[in-house]
Amino acid sequence: MYQNDLTLIDWSRAQFALTAMYHWLFVPLTLGLGLIMSIMETLYYRTKDEKWKRTARFWMKLFGINFAVGVATGIILEFEFGANWSNYSWFVGDIFGAPLAIEGIFAFFMEATFIAVMYFGWEKVSPKFHLASTWLTVGGATLSALWILVANAWMQFPAGMHFNPETVRNEMNDFWAVALSPVAINKFFHTVISSWMLGAAFVIGVSSWFLIKKRDKIFALDSIKIAAIVGIAGIALSWWTGHESAYQVAQKQPMKLAAMEGLYEGGDGAGLVAIGLLTPGKQYDDGKDPFIFNIQFPKMLSFLAQKDFNAYVPGINNLMEGGYDTPNGKALSMNEKIAKGKLAANALEQFREAKRMQNAALETEAKQRLDENFAYFGYGYFQSPADAIPNVPLVFYSFRIMIILGGYFLLLFVIIAFLVYKKQFVEKVWLQWICLLSIPLAYITSQAGWIVAEVGRQPWAIQDILPVSAAVSDIEPSSVQITFFLFLGLFTTLLIAEIGILVKQIKVGPEKN
Amino acid sequence: MDYSFYQHYWWLLISLLGGLLVFLLFVQGGQSLIYSLGKKEENLHLLTASLNKKWELTFTTLVTFGAGFFASFPLFYSTSFGGAYWVWMLILFSFVVQAVSYEFIYKQGNLLGKKTYQAFLFANGLLGPVLLGAAVSTLFFGAEFVVNKDNLTTIHPVISSWQNSWHGLEAVANPWNVILGLAIFFLARCLGCLYFINNLNHTEIREKARKQLLINAIAFLAAFLPYLIKLLLKDGFTENPETGIISVESYKYWHNLLAMPWALAILLIGVILVLYGVVRTIFQSAFTKGIWFTGAGTILTVWVVLLIAGYNHTAYYPSLSDMQSSLTIANSSSSLFTLKAMSVVSLFIPVVIAYIWYVWRKLDKK
Repeated sequence: MYQNDLTLIDWSRAQFALTAMYHWLFVPLTLGLGLIMSIMETLYYRTKDEKWKRTARFWMKLFGINFAVGVATGIILEFEFGANWSNYSWFVGDIFGAPLAIEGIFAFFMEATFIAVMYFGWEKVSPKFHLASTWLTVGGATLSALWILVANAWMQFPAGMHFNPETVRNEMNDFWAVALSPVAINKFFHTVISSWMLGAAFVIGVSSWFLIKKRDKIFALDSIKIAAIVGIAGIALSWWTGHESAYQVAQKQPMKLAAMEGLYEGGDGAGLVAIGLLTPGKQYDDGKDPFIFNIQFPKMLSFLAQKDFNAYVPGINNLMEGGYDTPNGKALSMNEKIAKGKLAANALEQFREAKRMQNAALETEAKQRLDENFAYFGYGYFQSPADAIPNVPLVFYSFRIMIILGGYFLLLFVIIAFLVYKKQFVEKVWLQWICLLSIPLAYITSQAGWIVAEVGRQPWAIQDILPVSAAVSDIEPSSVQITFFLFLGLFTTLLIAEIGILVKQIKVGPEKN
Repeated sequence: MDYSFYQHYWWLLISLLGGLLVFLLFVQGGQSLIYSLGKKEENLHLLTASLNKKWELTFTTLVTFGAGFFASFPLFYSTSFGGAYWVWMLILFSFVVQAVSYEFIYKQGNLLGKKTYQAFLFANGLLGPVLLGAAVSTLFFGAEFVVNKDNLTTIHPVISSWQNSWHGLEAVANPWNVILGLAIFFLARCLGCLYFINNLNHTEIREKARKQLLINAIAFLAAFLPYLIKLLLKDGFTENPETGIISVESYKYWHNLLAMPWALAILLIGVILVLYGVVRTIFQSAFTKGIWFTGAGTILTVWVVLLIAGYNHTAYYPSLSDMQSSLTIANSSSSLFTLKAMSVVSLFIPVVIAYIWYVWRKLDKK
């Protein structure tokens, strides 16, 4: 048994994070660029103007290069659930496996089939069929995102299930509660729509390069027009869905919200930190000021969390100590939750034993105690209350980076759209440089969002039910270390190769008439 | 329709997906032939371009096979993937490099050069079928694991634990696993030859593919027939449906075929179709449709082989460390609710197959 070694948990997490982060370099571009090139081909279909065909085909080439690495990194994620998180796969596979299988049946085959038409079908199918194939390719990618985000959202907000002590696992009892959970729906829209922002930033940045080089001007401006509109829509809707997301986090994952804000002592009318510098090495019970400095928007955190400027928002210390009012009564302290978690585990043991001894009375009694305490089952795995706190600085700074860059892109897209409309964008070479250099910032924004979502929910693999320490597979840490570095080397090589190919392809430019 | 019906229905679907996957390994078989059939640069280009239109279907079927297993038999997913770690990781590596190779191989600025991506395709063509075949063989010859669900209540739970530190690599110590791996490899190469003959109207490639087909068909039969005979003669683990107790049964898989004569009939039809497609293509130079016969035969044969692994109360994943830990479709499946929900989803599979077929025909239109 290797679980006693924290190294195994850390390396397993590192490997999953590595794969997910590399995967997420490629997926948002697929979703965002896919929408933009589909709009371009639609314009070609409606106007029969060859310039739109050339424009769409150019972006499709870049789409294809990016798509391949996204597919390659995606398969690893799916299999890592079993390979690195074996206990997890059994404990919740009854619920979690279904969205993955549906993703395969509905989304992957759609993408895989119609992308072939998109690339090889220009001369073999009608323009209408080709256009439909392009939209179906992007639709397949978006559908794929839907189901994987349903699965992810379920981990953050388990719904539509119950624990079955006879099979020792969680089992689905309401498919629609899983598929249509408000967290899942909002996460889907926030993730996909924010990917439009990344796609737009990419198209605008690359098109600006053509303008800087004073070539393919019409193509570049046409591309920027479409991308700027998609970008504005994407970022504006992302702000809205992001707000909803923060509200849901406050309801379902208050510890994550506290980490996002570096909030240790909560209260009524809590302020939202605009910018701040956290005190290094701060522990929840050391009495130190959490901030070296910070600037806050008064009462805004309360509004964000509860849609009420004067509402109470608990901080990390409050969550550890409990005692504050909640809609369900007084909040429990972390020690009380841990005790209830251990009671649940004990009741499960007794239930299993009673079942073996065919002692119906004891079985009923154990089942009742298990049901009463199961909501805290995962806390029973904690060895100390501090286990419940995620990495506050990483979550706090990532959240600020996402928000600040989100605001930056909204401003940038509005300025670009205005200047393009006024036909003044071509002269603003300095702005074109900013657009080009902003491409990496779009990726940083997107990655930062996922860091907030995934690091913020630690230590949970499934909120309140299973911490990562209990979800991990029983493998030698050295095996995971080796595969981590193999994946790191492989993904980095592929990323460099992809960037090299993209750069060459961009330099070639759109096809000539 | 009770719980058992849905468990059997999902095993049937997983087996069918397995059959489809082995058929679609013609892509890997084709990749393993690129050096022998594509010695000229122009031919090599043609071969990879032809496979480029199909590789994603194989890839997607593999992903769906994995996801389907996860959704319907999660205990297998957690036990095998978390235990036979290295086998699955090697399979993954080989498929990752394949996925990018088709897109990168002829692009400027691809960092590693064309020959490296060709080597990646060849490596996937070799490793993919061999490793998948060896992994499937453990469904009959077993693996060293223990399952203990009661461990969930310990502070560091281990539900499924592998009993050796080789984590799946030990499978090659059993020659029968290697033999099935080789059988799948040579079958994939046969299918690859048949695919090229059907898809490329190129005299030189067709001639070479026919020669390769003969060699690989002989190699396939030399590996597959002994394996099939061994399978039908070997012991298997059987579950008492009343008590759930697992015990050894002699000639288990042969008994399974006798208990399901329809499966025996399908198996025979499958084998005949495989041989018909191969033999007619070898001896009739104008015949180019062998892929459809051998392909259909492959699907049927693999389907039945996987069916007899799990049907008739058979332990489809025998544990060599603790017989009672062996997995059956009854003790490793998802709940009735999940299987029912997934069964509704599965009704759309014919629609998916229909549009894939339609698009495939459109793209292959001359």
